[in-house]
Amino acid sequence: MTGRNLNFKHRVAVVGAGLTLFRSRLLETPQELAWLAAKQALDEAGLTLKDIDCVVIGSAPDAFDGVHMKGEYLAEGAGGIHKPTIRVFVGGATGVFVPIAAWWHVASGLCKRVLAVAEEKMSHAARPHTQYVFRYIWDPIVEKPLNPNLIWIFAMEMHRYMHKCGVKKEDVALVSVKNKRNACGHPSAQLCMPNITVDDVLKSEVLVWPVQLLDISPTSDGAAAVVLASEEEARRITDTPVWIKGIGWTLDTTHWTNRDLAYPEYVRRAAEMAYRMAGIDNPRKQIDVAEPYDPFDYKELHHMEGLGLAKKCEAPVLTREGVTQRDGDLPINPSGGLLGVGNPIAAAGLMKVAEIFWQVRGEAGERQVKKPVYTGLAQAWGDLMQAGTVVVMGI
Amino acid sequence: MGWFGFQPEIVDYSFREMVFKAAQRAYEDAGGLDPRRDADAFISCQEDFWEGISISDEFAPDQLGGAMKSVYTVTGDGLQCVGQASMMIKSGLFDVVVVESHGKPSDIATLNDVMFTATDPISVRPLGLENVHAVAALEARSYMSKYGVSEDHLDAVVEKAHEAGLRNPRAVYASLDRKRSSTPVVADPLREADIARFVDAAVVVVLASERVIRDYTDAPVWVDGAWWSTEISTLELHDWSFPVHAREAADGAYAQAKIADPAKEVGFAEVDNRYSFKELQHIEALRLAPRGTAKDLLADGAFCPGGRLPVNLSGGALAEGVPLEVHGLARLSYAVGVMRGEIKAEVDRADVAVVHSWRGVPTTTSAVTVLRL
Repeated sequence: MTGRNLNFKHRVAVVGAGLTLFRSRLLETPQELAWLAAKQALDEAGLTLKDIDCVVIGSAPDAFDGVHMKGEYLAEGAGGIHKPTIRVFVGGATGVFVPIAAWWHVASGLCKRVLAVAEEKMSHAARPHTQYVFRYIWDPIVEKPLNPNLIWIFAMEMHRYMHKCGVKKEDVALVSVKNKRNACGHPSAQLCMPNITVDDVLKSEVLVWPVQLLDISPTSDGAAAVVLASEEEARRITDTPVWIKGIGWTLDTTHWTNRDLAYPEYVRRAAEMAYRMAGIDNPRKQIDVAEPYDPFDYKELHHMEGLGLAKKCEAPVLTREGVTQRDGDLPINPSGGLLGVGNPIAAAGLMKVAEIFWQVRGEAGERQVKKPVYTGLAQAWGDLMQAGTVVVMGI
Repeated sequence: MGWFGFQPEIVDYSFREMVFKAAQRAYEDAGGLDPRRDADAFISCQEDFWEGISISDEFAPDQLGGAMKSVYTVTGDGLQCVGQASMMIKSGLFDVVVVESHGKPSDIATLNDVMFTATDPISVRPLGLENVHAVAALEARSYMSKYGVSEDHLDAVVEKAHEAGLRNPRAVYASLDRKRSSTPVVADPLREADIARFVDAAVVVVLASERVIRDYTDAPVWVDGAWWSTEISTLELHDWSFPVHAREAADGAYAQAKIADPAKEVGFAEVDNRYSFKELQHIEALRLAPRGTAKDLLADGAFCPGGRLPVNLSGGALAEGVPLEVHGLARLSYAVGVMRGEIKAEVDRADVAVVHSWRGVPTTTSAVTVLRL
């Protein structure tokens, strides 16, 4: 079984992070975006490209950037030239998977300093809307002829969750309000809305019932990067390394129609793997701050439950009680998440890892949560409601 | 190790069924390994545009027995996945990792256009490239003029590949009638016979840690080194005359395997020859011959079956075809077959092999694996 051998030879730390602006229709090329984030992460770690042994790239569908073999194309911007450079891919869950893959680059002992870069440029992808790229993610024989749309199936999932847990739209909208307000403290944020109310969400345009415009994250361009290092290197680079304590990921069957849409079992299993590695047996008590994936407001609730940060159907209650606010007992998405900062798919996931890095170091500025942070968690989700990726980090 | 296909056009099986067949054979080969119980993680090596599916990793888990387990995709050649699996096992977190790659180019109606979209959308794409082999032809000219390689030397490479391929049952394109000089020019100096054709195939490889390997086999083939490298991806800036990426990947793999003099220590090699001149280039990049000398050593028979250091006993891609990202695993599976003695080959030393793959134009990425008995 995965994780049965927990005698790792090398501890791995994050020593720097970088982030571009998240915006629609940025003028920089994908390579330029990747480099802006990479350079910032290197600068924060006090390193240059010469210090980097290996590069891990994450980016979601090639169709977004419109480039076949996008990893080859991005290699230059991500600093991967004349280095072992690899691109990993688990759909929307890619952003949190990049540091997972970077972890074993270091933990294997084969690389000492690894640059992990995630980039997405989706706002130019298709006409009339980026959603058109998602027409080609389906089984080409049994599903594609129906021409489904991603928002349709997520609307089904949202509906199912609300029905099974007896959740009202007003409860779900609270997540959107919290995250879009939180985003006002984030320098990269695309959708800072300081005065947004539940009423605004409920009155926004209906896309596919029950999904409305303000329930959903925007179309974004952007890049994020982190630098990982072995224990010896990390201690040389910084006095405040943030250790990667647990990694986990799961991919469920392709056949999403057979899934329990009310509960993300694949996230539970991914979290279980990461918790076992990190020695966490009570996540609700042991995780101080979390950045679960929130491309839709209901997904934050869904994922909190999958991660064991709330019992089944309990996440809306915790949200209503203010537990998940920045000054709450369990701050959730203090960055503003995808709903507020933006959603350049892979970059958005890595943004969450960067946020936990800054939160653990106490460097999150006005986003810094009130309680002391010893351990944090970032999680992403992707594919056909199928993939869960989890990283646990701490001092 | 399990494979399925290596046919120009597989019409009876979907790509998922092809992978299922290859996986079934691999698990049987690994002593009846049960993927649901025994495998810790699965890696699929594939590219969205080859699949015609966006987010193609969605379709990776089921046919491998990996649903609800740790599965992910590397958008690269199968040998890069072997490198990832090797790292995962060395980290101590994983004991058994399954690597899969599949390619069904016969399903792609516009292969040239797909390959063209791998070029830079701003600096290269506006030029138009109706024949992507033209990029390889420019590299061929550069290499040939710098190192004095003639078209006769390319004739010899093609002839060797087809002769060797005749002994390889999955080399569907091997034919003694395939005389290079009688095939038409595609992009000067490359003729049709210089360019490997595409083939449909799936290969699955199971890797296990030293700790658990005896649960599955008494005769493991060890991955002693696995590395990869990307040269500059900007087409106009890369080295046209020498595959620097292959040299860097080889040096990394040799360092891991503690091989100081590959030309003496390696028993045989399987290298990329999707273009005939690439076999000569890659022999040199892998330090199996000094730069510019592969053509002469080839003429002397050094790299032929039974020679000093046989290269591409399988015939390589020129005889087997290029199954997209399966290419490296195709080379690897043949080498493992030779090392285990399952494939009868004219080779003196089957104890150490080096396997190489290049991702083809317009990429500048190579992966190298060193295998030892």
